Amino acid sequence: MKKNPFSLHVSLDDFAPATDAEKAYMVQMRPSTTFFKDGMKRLLKNKIATISMIVIILVTLAALILPVFWPYSYDAMLGVNPGRPVDASYNNLAPFQFGETELERMAEGEKIFPHVFGTDSAGRDYFIRVVYGTRISLSVGFFASIIVLIIGMTVGSIAGYFGGKVDLIIMRIVDIIYSLPDMLMVILLASVLKQSGLNEAIEGTILEKLGGNIISLFIIFALLYWVSMSRQIRGQILSLKEQEYVLAARATGAKGSWVITKHLLPNCISVVIISTCLQIPSAIFTESYLSFLGLGVNAPMPSLGSLASDALNGITTYPHRLVIPAVVISLIVLSLNLFGDGLRDAFDPKLKN
Amino acid sequence: MNTKTLWYILKRIALALLTVWVVITVTFFVMRAVPGGPFLGEKAISEAAQAALEAKYGLDKPLMEQYITYLKDIVTAFDFGPSLKLRGRNVMDIITDGMGVSVKLGLVAAGIALVVGVVLGAVAALRRNKLVDKVIMVITTACISMPSFILGTLLLLVFALQLAIVPANGETAKGLILPIITLSLSPMANITRLTRSSMLDVLGQDYIRTARAKGVSQMKIIFGHALKNSLIPVITYVGPMLAYIVTGSLVVEQIFAVPGIGRYFVSSITGRDYPLIMGTTIVLATLIVIMNLLSDIMYKIVDPRINLE
Repeated sequence: MKKNPFSLHVSLDDFAPATDAEKAYMVQMRPSTTFFKDGMKRLLKNKIATISMIVIILVTLAALILPVFWPYSYDAMLGVNPGRPVDASYNNLAPFQFGETELERMAEGEKIFPHVFGTDSAGRDYFIRVVYGTRISLSVGFFASIIVLIIGMTVGSIAGYFGGKVDLIIMRIVDIIYSLPDMLMVILLASVLKQSGLNEAIEGTILEKLGGNIISLFIIFALLYWVSMSRQIRGQILSLKEQEYVLAARATGAKGSWVITKHLLPNCISVVIISTCLQIPSAIFTESYLSFLGLGVNAPMPSLGSLASDALNGITTYPHRLVIPAVVISLIVLSLNLFGDGLRDAFDPKLKN
Repeated sequence: MNTKTLWYILKRIALALLTVWVVITVTFFVMRAVPGGPFLGEKAISEAAQAALEAKYGLDKPLMEQYITYLKDIVTAFDFGPSLKLRGRNVMDIITDGMGVSVKLGLVAAGIALVVGVVLGAVAALRRNKLVDKVIMVITTACISMPSFILGTLLLLVFALQLAIVPANGETAKGLILPIITLSLSPMANITRLTRSSMLDVLGQDYIRTARAKGVSQMKIIFGHALKNSLIPVITYVGPMLAYIVTGSLVVEQIFAVPGIGRYFVSSITGRDYPLIMGTTIVLATLIVIMNLLSDIMYKIVDPRINLE
């Protein structure tokens, strides 16, 4: 029977299962790229950012692994042995020099691990102190940024999503904290928290080793530094919540917390990662600044700032003790900054001008 | 200036006043929260002597009464009470003594940072992606990544101790050269980068193309058309820059032994001289708040297109 071209009858042939050849035609030639993969590709193309990333990874690994097998520890005074008078020849050694008893043992054919950066005025191996200081500075930077991230994200998303009076009140508080001179407040709080019995409160816990000053540093970050993060998140949420998919989620009865965690926050993840990454160097800055003023880590625990500040006393005779931590801290901050910039360019191309 | 701008300025002033009040309140209550009070660290003193000292400094009164007296003294007479450690001197006298040098230091550093930063930024923008631009960008990135105390100590080491070109002590005019350089390098680097990016932005605008098409000379385009508009973002940075210089001067004065307010502040922290800590914190914070206020208002007046709400 001849088919009427104007017939509205559905031809069954159109609904036959596709043959393998037809299916193969539809297969994509290359896998679709995800947001993350796309960003990583752009990041790795950026030479400066890649180099900075490698530097950060190397420094972090060195700070984590080296103390495990290094023969000296950061607080062992090499000239002090139980039952013997203090051997002053270990104090203030120049790089690759040895103390008297070590020289004797070497004369007998023993191999002694060199003091790569010499020792400090108390006879402690300076290399391992720098490594430990790097570890402390890096972990302070990292954990402070995590604290800032959590608080900033929570407050910012609540303010942005609920809007209205909640937003108004939160943003006024943010305004005031934002206009407080942060460094002065940090110094004030640090100098007070130092006296306020925090050390007794954390005695016996795992926090004791960190020292009250580092805990107070974290408290300060939790109190003051979340504001700019929360402002950014709020801005993102404000623009994202007008999107259709949020309306759809709400229309199907999703609650506020669900919409925030499942729909809004994953979509501002790039802003979150970038500002967290840029927060780390600023935290390292703050820590070293406080350590320099004597409000940082507890002795004998070193941090890069306290090492530099201790080195000031012998600056004319032992300049390397100042230069080494100075170089390390600048290297870390520089590579973190460059890496953060690279991340921003890669994951948020809209921002690039 | 329209009513909207005026309204904005009034709101901004109100926020600044509120901030200063918050600073005073926080400082007061935080300091009073220290257990044992300010005399705990002293050599063992009898309870009678402790009570006498507390009565002398008014610490035996109820907390709220102390707070109101403190607030009233500050607002009406700029009086922060006597110093605990430098006996017989008022906190305000110490601050005004140290302020002279510090203000001079800060203003010179800010001026140098502004002038050099803008010039370098403009040069970098005009020679975009050329060698000059790259060198400037590398140096400024390095300057930003160095904490001011590291920069200061390294400069001290090289120029004052190794080369002995300038004195290490900041009490003479020549000795202030290094502190000024230390303080100005990092803000200068920031201003350079800011000027460069905004200059590049402006140079891409239509009105610059129009001027070029009309045959205006390159010099006139840069100085007559581009520079003025590209300086607008720099104004926003002036407030944070002064805040940076104020806090940076705390350690820089310590390093170079400059007899300014920063040195008193640092020694008051280590010596636990609470009235002095409170006084300097409040004065410096007020200074920073005022600077931020001025730079925000300037920004709004210079560029009325900007909606800061």
